[in-house]
Amino acid sequence: MISLAGRDILHSWGKYAFTGLGLGLLIGVTLSMAGIYRGMVDDGKALLTNSGADLWVVQQDTLGPYAEPSSLRDDVYRGLLGLPGVLRAANATYLTMQVQRAGQDTRVMVVGIQPGEPGEPRYLIAGRPLERAHYEAVADVNTGFQLGERIRIRRHDYQVVGLTRRMVSASGDPMVFVPLRDAQEAQFLKDNDAIVNERARVLTNPALNRPGAPGLAEAISRSQESSRMVNAVLVQVAPGWDAEEVAQTIRRWKRLQAYTRPQMEEILIAKLIATSARQIGVFLVILAVVSAAIVSFIIYTMTLGKLREIAVLKLIGARNRTIAGMILQEALGLGLIGFLVGKTVATLWAPHFPKYVLLEPGDAARGFVAVMLICALASTLAIRTALRVDPATAIGG
Amino acid sequence: MSVALQAQATSAPAIEVADLRKRYGTGDTAVDALKGVDLTVQPGEVIGLIGPSGSGKSTLLKCLGAVTEPSAGRIALSGETVYDGGWQNLDPRALRRDRIGFVFQAPYLIPFLDVTDNVALPLLLAGRSRREARRRARELLAALDVAHRAQAAVAQLSGGEQQRVAIARALANQPPIILADEPTAPLDSERALAVVRILNRMAQQYQTAIIVVTHDEKIIPTFKRLYHIRDGRTYEEAGEGRDFD
Ligand SMILES: Nc1ncnc2c1ncn2[C@@H]1O[C@H](COP(=O)(O)OP(=O)(O)OP(=O)(O)O)[C@@H](O)[C@H]1O
Ligand SMILES: [Mg+2]
Repeated sequence: MISLAGRDILHSWGKYAFTGLGLGLLIGVTLSMAGIYRGMVDDGKALLTNSGADLWVVQQDTLGPYAEPSSLRDDVYRGLLGLPGVLRAANATYLTMQVQRAGQDTRVMVVGIQPGEPGEPRYLIAGRPLERAHYEAVADVNTGFQLGERIRIRRHDYQVVGLTRRMVSASGDPMVFVPLRDAQEAQFLKDNDAIVNERARVLTNPALNRPGAPGLAEAISRSQESSRMVNAVLVQVAPGWDAEEVAQTIRRWKRLQAYTRPQMEEILIAKLIATSARQIGVFLVILAVVSAAIVSFIIYTMTLGKLREIAVLKLIGARNRTIAGMILQEALGLGLIGFLVGKTVATLWAPHFPKYVLLEPGDAARGFVAVMLICALASTLAIRTALRVDPATAIGG
Repeated sequence: MSVALQAQATSAPAIEVADLRKRYGTGDTAVDALKGVDLTVQPGEVIGLIGPSGSGKSTLLKCLGAVTEPSAGRIALSGETVYDGGWQNLDPRALRRDRIGFVFQAPYLIPFLDVTDNVALPLLLAGRSRREARRRARELLAALDVAHRAQAAVAQLSGGEQQRVAIARALANQPPIILADEPTAPLDSERALAVVRILNRMAQQYQTAIIVVTHDEKIIPTFKRLYHIRDGRTYEEAGEGRDFD
């Protein structure tokens, strides 16, 4: 037996090509949505990997440093270095802010790091790591910053000395790494007005500005101007030590929270992007329903246009199975065209998204199965209509 | 099966109908389209079926062709009773496929198949190989003088060519019976006569029994035997049987 569906598709290929294209764009959007979710997960993992840390130590009872604010004194890391199993420990600060570059604002996450310590991006695609103690920056390529360019963070200018990639915050803001001291200043230092006000308050407070204690008020004011806080301490575990064991020691003895790599992944993926994931999930369901409605409408209309042929086929003895098979195959054919178009356009437009879009072959395979199922399901209405056609209508009156 | 049929065909009438009745609908809106039809057609015979509009011609063809179930009566094809108050243990769909060829007023070819596959379709539906089906289709197309259009798309054929292809399709399974409902209506008189000529030739060549429903004044004189149908009943009548060659 020849393939009736194949012949029909070849015969009216223009119609199929156009509807397949429309359906394909819809499928492309669906695949991209899945890719956006995968990209978010992968960004999180890349961020953790690239920092070179085994443990993230943050303020007690917080999910810091990415999911919740966390604040630690900046000498905490010294205490950690004394613990068994801790090879290296370094401070880090995180602050999302606008950075000025050539008069334009770019939203970035400014990360304060100690050069050569955990937290520093391990892979640079251009330039060199931070070397000097001040006013140098390593930026993620997604910032669009160029090597050697000068950018302004708060009150100071920084020179971009290196570029890295795949270092973005959970909300997709590219990171800019600067020396810890500069970052602390940018994050915690008060502006000039605040300092003046603060100083005036100390001076007018009789308890602090006592005649018998010269220099006290001055010292208090000075201590308030500099910051001694960081957001997290990144720890590298010594070879042969179990990260969870070291984390337990830190939790027990230092009244701090310590997260291992899997726990950080859990926080980043299950907690931080959970809402986005659900958002995308709902969107995927809607897209599936819309595609199903469209395919079923198209196949139904195409079948209505073939009722006479179907009546003739039945009259000359075609089985119901043959006719149902024809319509089902046409629906699947449409799905196949749509999927191929969708996969192509999703691949073509993925690099143009501001955030990383990861198109996984597994998702494509699942998408293909879903498209085929949806198309099969959508053809049932048309099949039922076709099977109800009375062969007598071919003869007419 | 076909050997047995042929053997029977020499002895029994191809079509034998006794007191066939068909009522559409029920109650107040019921229509008695056939009220006791008697009719006999011998193998190789071409008969005309004429009558006013609404007299039941198409209904009779649908009943004979196992498309519509009659309400009462008896139908025997090639000596085998296929209907006697109900279909006799057979599948009307298989009956249509294997034993009856249909020709309609409009050719109703399948637009997405080429001419050869349109003719081969009944054979393919009956499970024959593509090769065999297409070979047989080409033979028939040659017999009907449309072999030169064998590869063409249906839409590229003239009305007369399409009608000949439709006749070839009706003949594909070598059915003992062909039912034609106003096959010449859309054709001019020359082409209409050509179609009747073809049907007669096929009847002789394959011993096919053919019933032609028609309004067409041009072709009515060609039948040797006619059935008039009026108000759901048939009346047999000798035709002129004019030689149109
Ligand atoms: N499916 C149906 N349901 C109800 N009544 C029908 C149906 N088909 C036909 N009829 C009625 O049965 C009668 C015979 O109809 P039929 O189609 O057999 O006439 P016909 O002789 O072929 O007419 P025409 O020459 O106009 O084609 C008509 O009164 C028609 O209205
Ligand atoms: Mg009629």
